[in-house]
Amino acid sequence: MTTLPTSTDRKLGLVIDLDTCVGCHACVISCKGWNTENYGAPLSDQRPYGTEPMGTFLNRVHSYEVQPEAGPAQTVHFPKSCLHCEDAPCVTVCPTGASYKRVEDGIVLVNEDSCIGCGLCAWACPYGARELDQAEGVMKKCTLCVDRIYNENLPEEDQIPSCVRTCPAGARHFGDLGDPNSDVSQLVDSRGGFDLMPEMGTKPVNKYLPPRLKDSWDDQSLLAPLLEPVAEEPKGFLSWLDKTLDKIPGGAS
Amino acid sequence: MTFQQPKLNTSPKVSDEVRQTTCYMCACRCGINVHMKDGKVAYIEGNRDHPVNKGVLCAKGSAGIMQVNAPSRLRAPLKRVGPRGSGEFEEITWDEALDIATGLLKPIRENNPEKLAFFTGRDQSQSFTGFWAQNFGTPNFAAHGGFCSVNMATAGIYTMGGAFWEFGQPDWDHTKLFMLFGVAEDHDSNPIKAGIGKIKARGAKVIGVNPVRSGYNAVADEWVGITPGSDGLFILSLVHELMKAGKIDLHYLAQYTNAPVLVDAETGLLMRDENGKELVIDRTTGKLTPFDQKGVQPDLSAQYRHAGTTHKTVMHLLAEKYLDPQYAPEAVAERTGVTADKIKTIAADLARVAFDEAFELDQEWTDFRGETHKTMTGRPVSMHAMRGISAHSNGFQTCRALHVLQIILGTVEVPGGFRFKPPYPKPYTAHPKPHCGVQPNSALDGPHLGFVQGPDDLMLKEDGSPARIDKAFTWENPMSAHGLMHMVISNAHAGDPYKIDTLFMYMANMSWNSSMNSGGVMQMLTDTDENGDYVIPNIIYSDAYSSEMVAYADLVLPDTTYLERHDCISLLDRPICEADAAADAIRWPVVEPDRDVRGFQTVLVQLANKLGMPGFTNKDGSAKYQDYADYIVNHQRKPGIGPLAGFRGENADQVGRGDVNPDQLDRYIENGGFFVEHIPDGANYYKPWNASYQDWAVGMGIYDAPEPYLFQLYSEPVRSFQRAAEGHGDRQPPEHLRDRLKAVMDPLPIWYPALEDNGVDLDEFPIHALTQRPMAMYHSWGTQNAWLRQLHGHNPLYLPTKLWEQHGFADGDWARVTSTHGEITVPVAHQAALNDNTVWTWNAIGKRKGTWALSEDAPESNKGFLLNHLIHELLPPKGDGLRWSNSDPITGQAAWFDLRVKIEKADAPAESQPAFAPIKSPVAQGPSELKWKVGK
Repeated sequence: MTTLPTSTDRKLGLVIDLDTCVGCHACVISCKGWNTENYGAPLSDQRPYGTEPMGTFLNRVHSYEVQPEAGPAQTVHFPKSCLHCEDAPCVTVCPTGASYKRVEDGIVLVNEDSCIGCGLCAWACPYGARELDQAEGVMKKCTLCVDRIYNENLPEEDQIPSCVRTCPAGARHFGDLGDPNSDVSQLVDSRGGFDLMPEMGTKPVNKYLPPRLKDSWDDQSLLAPLLEPVAEEPKGFLSWLDKTLDKIPGGAS
Repeated sequence: MTFQQPKLNTSPKVSDEVRQTTCYMCACRCGINVHMKDGKVAYIEGNRDHPVNKGVLCAKGSAGIMQVNAPSRLRAPLKRVGPRGSGEFEEITWDEALDIATGLLKPIRENNPEKLAFFTGRDQSQSFTGFWAQNFGTPNFAAHGGFCSVNMATAGIYTMGGAFWEFGQPDWDHTKLFMLFGVAEDHDSNPIKAGIGKIKARGAKVIGVNPVRSGYNAVADEWVGITPGSDGLFILSLVHELMKAGKIDLHYLAQYTNAPVLVDAETGLLMRDENGKELVIDRTTGKLTPFDQKGVQPDLSAQYRHAGTTHKTVMHLLAEKYLDPQYAPEAVAERTGVTADKIKTIAADLARVAFDEAFELDQEWTDFRGETHKTMTGRPVSMHAMRGISAHSNGFQTCRALHVLQIILGTVEVPGGFRFKPPYPKPYTAHPKPHCGVQPNSALDGPHLGFVQGPDDLMLKEDGSPARIDKAFTWENPMSAHGLMHMVISNAHAGDPYKIDTLFMYMANMSWNSSMNSGGVMQMLTDTDENGDYVIPNIIYSDAYSSEMVAYADLVLPDTTYLERHDCISLLDRPICEADAAADAIRWPVVEPDRDVRGFQTVLVQLANKLGMPGFTNKDGSAKYQDYADYIVNHQRKPGIGPLAGFRGENADQVGRGDVNPDQLDRYIENGGFFVEHIPDGANYYKPWNASYQDWAVGMGIYDAPEPYLFQLYSEPVRSFQRAAEGHGDRQPPEHLRDRLKAVMDPLPIWYPALEDNGVDLDEFPIHALTQRPMAMYHSWGTQNAWLRQLHGHNPLYLPTKLWEQHGFADGDWARVTSTHGEITVPVAHQAALNDNTVWTWNAIGKRKGTWALSEDAPESNKGFLLNHLIHELLPPKGDGLRWSNSDPITGQAAWFDLRVKIEKADAPAESQPAFAPIKSPVAQGPSELKWKVGK
């Protein structure tokens, strides 16, 4: 079994805003594009033009409906990829050392050269964040675009994960969650960011920002005052209009 | 095992080269960086410098690599060798293809150009294809606007001189309340997502008005799950509440709209002076005066007595109409599915934000009357709307109602409100009128499409019959500014108003998802007459992919995919402008096609040259243009005005107006594929009335002279058709349309039930049925992409809880869905966040077997389905023998969303019904596995 580092210098990860994620899948496909061409084996697709097409994705968006006690049902889009847990069970379960957590930034990676495709890590991950590539027989997972975030061949502003760079709604943020002063840590603080399934004890680095309160209008007690009529009939309205026009600049005195 | 961290190269080479072009796989038109390795496309990302997407990119854009390698790409010109619809073709050379096409087109042009119907579907080059059709001489040209959102475009332009869609945008930097109506997950997709993200980060509120709570409506803070087709009533109820409370912007109404203009009590037309200027009463002098004079304070509440008649202002008519109790929240609640309390709350919130949160921008500006204002008043309420309110037979008036709501709040073209993008604003009077003057061997007498101002502008022959095959600009739909593509095949098949010889189409999947009544269209395309000849004699079709329509063509002209071609996203057409800037863009071949295909626009140039068409031919008979790129650079619509506004002139330093620059495309490529010219500070709000914007627009070539105008709360063109129906004027509607025109052609927005409701038993068919495209597949032009179909390969019919429980549905069940026109049997799924009386599905996921290089057991052609089979292009027969189009009676917009159905539980069939026989594919099926990596 493989050991986790006792601590990491940084805790790089994602903060995902469920209040603005519109479920467009831009992050899913941008990730697919970058990671097919880059880190390790391409993300393959089986039966890409046939029945039950099934490919490898490192990031997927799930959609759920939530029915609050009062008010209409809500739709929540929930992007999910590896959460780069501090106590990553996928690493400790790995029989070959292929799965590992980096000391310098906490990113959890798979060294495809040593991966035997046994699938234990995917079984150990409570989030379902790993996928065995059917063509290559190796385990694939989010790399946090480790080949982008330090890549000197990219402009500095592009040294971020491809999912963050592409997100049209700006719902994805990247940074050091180990630094309480980082923008992402501040965002988590101010918006009440939360861990996914904290009860699993994996200490995920990625955080989610909750959707804000919705449909307040369906709760009559929260309503702002309604409009006061100035008139009920056209005649009354026109007389109000005439009086009001006299008061605005340029009106007859 | 002890911890061992491998060494990793974290700076691998990304690409050999980045080529910047425009995506334009949907109407969003983002800039993209195409990373190349070994001459192949390795990765696609958004262009950070691009004004539209500023670096972000949607799923479809990021999946472009699967578009360029798609097995469904057509490979060579095809000549039909089997019966129409069989898919039996032989590949031919381009010489042969152009000879066949010329052989069909030349005699038509020489004898009767109207025998050609040229319709271009999801065309991205309408300014060019329209120019081609005009020079060919046929009156029968349009693109797909008639079945898309012509109500939105037309209502906007007639009312405000600009529309939603990509022609305007909320002021994302200042808005505090953003209200979306009927915006599906699509349309202007990345800017809206970015805008919502931006304003929510500021704490602004988003209201979503939509029967379906997905996409943007999922993140809306307040959801109004309205009943389809009732938006107009809901909006007019908000107008009622705001007027009743006096929460309207009186200064704005008086200064910038026709609210103070006097309406002639006898004619219902606006009172004008001898120069045609609308007349108002000046509140300072009490005298009648043209609206645009310096110092005039137009009086909203004036009445003008003359020769025994009292003439009232538009404002009077607004008050009389909208204060009527029929628009009270209590009166509309049941019909709209929105409670009276909620309507009142929304009205109060709109008023609170527009007036209590008003603000001033410290920016001086001068209006068209010459008055200088020290600041710009901001009203931070913005709205956006799309097909949900547009694709109904009451859509034009509903869109007009929405604009009236925006205008009475004083929120259009002000900080925080809704803003136009150049070339808008532009009054309807500055647009061309339609033309239909046909002469053999000659160009048409002007552009096909335009904005009619009254009955005299209709496209009728001398005997009063329609001049156009689609009956656009006739009494059936007088203001059909985008044509009626959905009626072309039906009318051509019926020989109503006349028969045609050749149907020539581009990017229009008419035998499938782009038609109402898809099965009927297949029959019309294959129907033969008593001699065994096809009723529609010849069909030429251009597409890049193996779509369902290919099989129905006699000649197929294979187009290039989006990275293999030149295009211009032009100010003459649908540019990429922002509210603060004019901008346009190009596409250029970042990869060369690996098949024997040609860009369709280049093929049109080649056909024009073979036909010697005016506009494409020099005086000495030589060809003006060799291909589309040549046209983009060298064509001048007017002296100095060409398809591209940037880098004009010998030194590439002229903007808007300027000489031809032979190196223009290279300058665009160097600049990232686009060009931006910013609107000067102080000119960027109040544009219709802002003297410095008007001057800037003239300099850019957007107008020839300043054209300040008033917003048309009261629409005189609409009234002129109503007045004709009342019996005035020489040009009179046929009797069977008279009453309908009197009712719907109301110069102030009204609401009326969908026309289909009159012919349908609503007790039997109580349910509304809708479609939308998924965000990841916005716009169905293009193939069923290998990556994207893994996200959206299934399209169940979504049912609300009420119907789900009422019928006892469970997961995996199927339903029989019936309309007055047809029946489908399809898989169902439950969705709680859905209007109680509405069902919906993803559009165009269903595919026909044998198309798009999919295997015949693909879910798209087994469980997938189209709602189109339930929708007819005609209204249910009324027993009068007439063919009544299922369209908005004002604009001809296809009324897709008027559909009414009933639902029953059904035994699961082997596949969705109706099922159609497989088409023989003109391309090989795709590979069984993809491991796509172009780099070593």
